[in-house]
Amino acid sequence: MAARKPTDKTLGESLRERGVSRRGFLKFCAATASMMALPPSMAPAIAAALEKAKRPSVIWLSFQECTGCTESLTRSHAPTVEDLILDVISLDYHHTLQAAAGDAAEHAREQAMAANPGEYLVIVDGSIPGPDANPGFSTVAGHSNYAMLMETVENAAAVIAVGSCATFGGLPAANPNPTGAMSVMDLVKNKPVINVSGCPPIPMVITGVIAHYLTFGRLPELDAYNRPMAFFGQSIHDRCYRRPFYDKGLFAKTFDDEGARLGWCLYELGCKGPTTYNACATMRWNDGTSWPVEAGHPCLGCSEPKFWDAGGFYNAVSVPTSASGMNVLAAGAAGVVLGGAVAALAKKQTKAAVAHRQPVTVEELEAKL
Amino acid sequence: MSGSMEFLLWTKGPMFDIAIAIFAIGLLVRITEIFMLGRKKNFAEARAGEWGPGFRTMFTRTVADPGTFQRAPFNVVVGWVWHIGFLMALLLFLPHIALIESLTGLSWPALPNPVISLVTSVTLVALIATLVHRMTHPVKRRISTVEDYLVWAVVFAVVLTGWLAYYRLVNPYPLVLGMHILSAEIMLILLPFTKLTHIFTTFIARWYNGAAFGRKGVQS
Ligand code: SF4
Ligand code: SF4
Repeated sequence: MAARKPTDKTLGESLRERGVSRRGFLKFCAATASMMALPPSMAPAIAAALEKAKRPSVIWLSFQECTGCTESLTRSHAPTVEDLILDVISLDYHHTLQAAAGDAAEHAREQAMAANPGEYLVIVDGSIPGPDANPGFSTVAGHSNYAMLMETVENAAAVIAVGSCATFGGLPAANPNPTGAMSVMDLVKNKPVINVSGCPPIPMVITGVIAHYLTFGRLPELDAYNRPMAFFGQSIHDRCYRRPFYDKGLFAKTFDDEGARLGWCLYELGCKGPTTYNACATMRWNDGTSWPVEAGHPCLGCSEPKFWDAGGFYNAVSVPTSASGMNVLAAGAAGVVLGGAVAALAKKQTKAAVAHRQPVTVEELEAKL
Repeated sequence: MSGSMEFLLWTKGPMFDIAIAIFAIGLLVRITEIFMLGRKKNFAEARAGEWGPGFRTMFTRTVADPGTFQRAPFNVVVGWVWHIGFLMALLLFLPHIALIESLTGLSWPALPNPVISLVTSVTLVALIATLVHRMTHPVKRRISTVEDYLVWAVVFAVVLTGWLAYYRLVNPYPLVLGMHILSAEIMLILLPFTKLTHIFTTFIARWYNGAAFGRKGVQS
């Protein structure tokens, strides 16, 4: 896709051109309303707003990432309405998806920025080597990731960080973080940053955020980590269909025991659902087919900060991340030695006191008065 | 940026290491000291054995005698209730067992969560009752020290935050779970240096008493 000017066509027109039926479009609007926790009566309003919305220009920057987030978005089954929404937003620049390469590609980015100042959206996946890191750790067309990010967000309307690397640093920032990787919100301070975390995020959440922006012309309500409340407002555990088993105290102990077969809670197998905020339990994956806990695997907590450093994936939430039995043993041994020393000292002092005891007579005391 | 998840990971990582190290060193210092100081040698001829009466007293002193019960029924009943509640919540709640297993390799069956949450609620009420009693009872109030109130506050904080975390009454959840872990760590750190040490020394002291009684040939 060469430098394409954002067309004047509305979203509704573009969708119809691509053969999306009115019915399919309304279904998408109803789903969007429900996932944004809006009453179903809002669906027609959403439809009307989307129908008329202009295609926003979107620049997608990929930095230290694995392309999983783009895969999640583009492999979300046969073309869904969500895909099409993304198709018809004016995705002016996307390293992986665009046909242009080299100078032409960079030119497309610059043109999109120049044509829509203050209006374009920047989507970022991947973390960025910070300003103090070696800029050569990750470059695109000779620009360091940091320079490209800062230049591109300069005149953006908002930035959407997609995936846990862009939102929290993710795998590149995991201990010992060799590239000095940072998240978008660590670096971009003067623009609204919306975090769509997850490794990868649920495709519907990415499109949902864009749909929300197009519908209401403003950004959704965010939580303390800048994540849209509509999708990240509830924990996996609170919406997990295995929760009744947790509450009853019925836990699978291994992956193939009776409890696992009966679908009991996966807490003991390391499920991080209690501390993880994401929409998997309600929206599910692969077109709503299933989701990890339903498939019998504990939640890894992929949408939370530092999830790579948060202890073993198969350790229960209550298990400390670093202490080993050896530390405790060593501390205990040190304690025994110290205790012995303290006791020996006390004994010595007592003995010395007894040896040097100088009895006082009543006369001496009276003389002092 | 420091959020609730970072706080939780801090309590589960570095802070846990610090707390467990202070606890282990402190407790072993105290206990080694007690054992090494020992007792003055008793030159009198023993009238009976020490071990039997020692162990017997460990048990008999655990159950209050009728006289004590009549004089201080509140202390006995409420004391028992919250101690048992605390121990049950500590030792029979699945996440706690998973933690102990990760440190020691030992594990045992857990009680269903609703039972634990009920027990915890009762414990909370009993703990509040002990505080009210301490502050209103004329004698107790006068003999209470700052340490007594500190120890109460720490124990109460551990149970309360655990209860809040179980019912997920504070948002975001990592914050309340972190608060629970942190208060438990403060308790671990204070344990060797306050009256909380009794968790480990009570039974040693009772054994000593019983053994002394046994030697003298009096009832243990
Ligand atoms: S499987 Fe995980 S998310 Fe579901 S109830 Fe158990 S601990 Fe919670
Ligand atoms: S279930 Fe947990 S680990 Fe899996 S995708 Fe959802 S949030 Fe991430």
